[in-house]
Amino acid sequence: MSREQFRPAGHPNEHFILTTVVGSYPKPKWLDRVRELHDDPEGDFDDGEWEEATDDAARIITHEHERAGLDAVVDGEMRRNEMVEFFADRIEGYEFNGPVKVWGHNYFDKPSVVSDVEYDDSWLVSEFEFTDGVADRPVKVPITGPYTLASWSFNEAYDDDRELALALADLVNEEIQKLVDAGARYIQIDEPALATTPDDHAIVGEALDRIVADLPEEVRIGLHVCYGDYSRIYPEILEFPIDEFDVELANGDYEQLDVFKEPEFDLDLALGVTDVHVAEVESVAEIKANIQKGLEIVPPERLTVSPDCGVKLLPRDVAYGKMENMVTAAREVERELDAGEIEVGAAVADD
Amino acid sequence: MTEFVATTPGVFPLPDWAKDQLGSLKGHQKEDLVDGSEGTEITDVYDETRATVADWQATAGLDRVVEGQLRWDDMLAHPLCVHDAVETRGIVRYYDNNNFYREPVVSGELTFDGDLADDLDALGEIDPDAPTQAAVPGPYSLSELATDEFYGDEGEFLDAIANFLAGEVRAFSDVETVFVLEPSLVTNPPGDGEDERASEAIDRVADATDADVVVQTYWGALTEKVHAHLLDADIDAVGYDFVTNHEDNLYNINEYGTKEEVAFGLADGQNTLVEEPEKIAERVAWVDEQTPGAEFETMYITTNTELFYLPVSRCIEKLEALAAGAARAAEVAQ
Repeated sequence: MSREQFRPAGHPNEHFILTTVVGSYPKPKWLDRVRELHDDPEGDFDDGEWEEATDDAARIITHEHERAGLDAVVDGEMRRNEMVEFFADRIEGYEFNGPVKVWGHNYFDKPSVVSDVEYDDSWLVSEFEFTDGVADRPVKVPITGPYTLASWSFNEAYDDDRELALALADLVNEEIQKLVDAGARYIQIDEPALATTPDDHAIVGEALDRIVADLPEEVRIGLHVCYGDYSRIYPEILEFPIDEFDVELANGDYEQLDVFKEPEFDLDLALGVTDVHVAEVESVAEIKANIQKGLEIVPPERLTVSPDCGVKLLPRDVAYGKMENMVTAAREVERELDAGEIEVGAAVADD
Repeated sequence: MTEFVATTPGVFPLPDWAKDQLGSLKGHQKEDLVDGSEGTEITDVYDETRATVADWQATAGLDRVVEGQLRWDDMLAHPLCVHDAVETRGIVRYYDNNNFYREPVVSGELTFDGDLADDLDALGEIDPDAPTQAAVPGPYSLSELATDEFYGDEGEFLDAIANFLAGEVRAFSDVETVFVLEPSLVTNPPGDGEDERASEAIDRVADATDADVVVQTYWGALTEKVHAHLLDADIDAVGYDFVTNHEDNLYNINEYGTKEEVAFGLADGQNTLVEEPEKIAERVAWVDEQTPGAEFETMYITTNTELFYLPVSRCIEKLEALAAGAARAAEVAQ
């Protein structure tokens, strides 16, 4: 499907590298305070006030993304607490039994699937409608994929994780249909669990087939997989019914870039060009060099750039600085491409 | 007449109040984790958690009590992560789980530490008469979880780890049983020659104690060859994971035999679905029936894996199910 729908009016260059983010963004400190007050039974904040606070935060962060110059924006996931909990809370069939360890003293309320999963109310449509209403730029919607929703839960009800993932894929499909009806055109499915168990790529592929069934052509589907050994899922991911594959490579200094060179990468590439685990803003020059790594894999018209992963753990000014420099870098690379000053890799030389 | 012993491989979840309290006292970053030099305030909290999980086990009616390995921030890598000759580096994935530990890099000689014995002594102070069980990582798994920058040779490194663990086990005061946890024997099986060395390494650790030694394997079944070599070690029992792979484990037992004692992982340490005691007893009877050539003196009935994957409420229910399941199995066998 065409990426041109995301090219902003008045884009200064002939080339267009789509700039966006993976999703999460540091929450304003006052929102954390409001959450505490809302969670506290003795606190004086009701649901209406909580909603007002999250609306305010979503508006501010969406505008912050626009101010940084991003072509496709997100609300920074201001309403979400955690990528599995948020959805499990909204899906019939899940229950919570308490926190479990991830590492050290970091825990997560890993839910249990105790009966057939069922779709109840929509999960993200109101979030999308709000963000779309306040944004001037197109809005991207990140959604946790069914494989991750399955494998980061305790499965008490289904024969195996494949059965559960496929059942959840039908629900994700239903949600995405609703998002598309509401006007969403850019959906990113997050499947970090695939990095944990790369041998399960066939299950992810099968689930994706169900998710994209009956979606209109103009809807752009991205898949984000982070912190793993990509060689264990490549080239298999090329068979997935997606438009764009989103990778985290800045963190590993592009050591894994060559994985995507053979066989030829024929999807669009969404490349992480700033490291979300380094609390310093990379220079424009450094990010430009990272963007050009992407041009070794795909031509500019198939390149999207974003930070490696969600930036919620960074200080907010650093998160903003990274986005701002990333957009500046992308625009400079486009200008240099227009002027023929940049050598683009084999992918373009073959054209 | 088979003796049924309900127990666990250890490594418990922290009680929820302690998750918060220790998180606040220690911090949430990798440099904040246990390094063996915790102050009184933190030690006091761990003492209290140890008493709590000992109480869970006693109340459930388990036949062995572990100290819970609650200080093991780095799970099975713990004994190295607190050692003076080891540096801890980045956070790395713990097997195929959504769990992470600090990568221990051995940069000096692995001399005696005493960290594990101290925790066992602390358990002994709670109830001196409790039937105590120790848990240690197996030498092969520990060598697989670590990086060597000192010994320079894979074989030498494994030997050094085996000698180190043997020293730690030798320092244990009275324990009934020692569980040696060896998941890597399954997940990343040693190759030719290495399998024999892994078995010798286990033998050395087992030789350091008079207690019964159970080598618990999990996340599948051993290859035939690794299983055969493991049986050469002078251990009392092999633990088999019947939750994730009953077919190959059954095959190994029937084809190669096993020790006179055995451990069966019959309850799932990684799922909140709590097995009915009756179900556990049925599984015991089923395995017994499917291994007609074997006559077991002792059958340890456990979860297949460590328990820290579970929320506390379900962990406690699993302990109760194991104890009741073993009791029911004993009734049925009479």
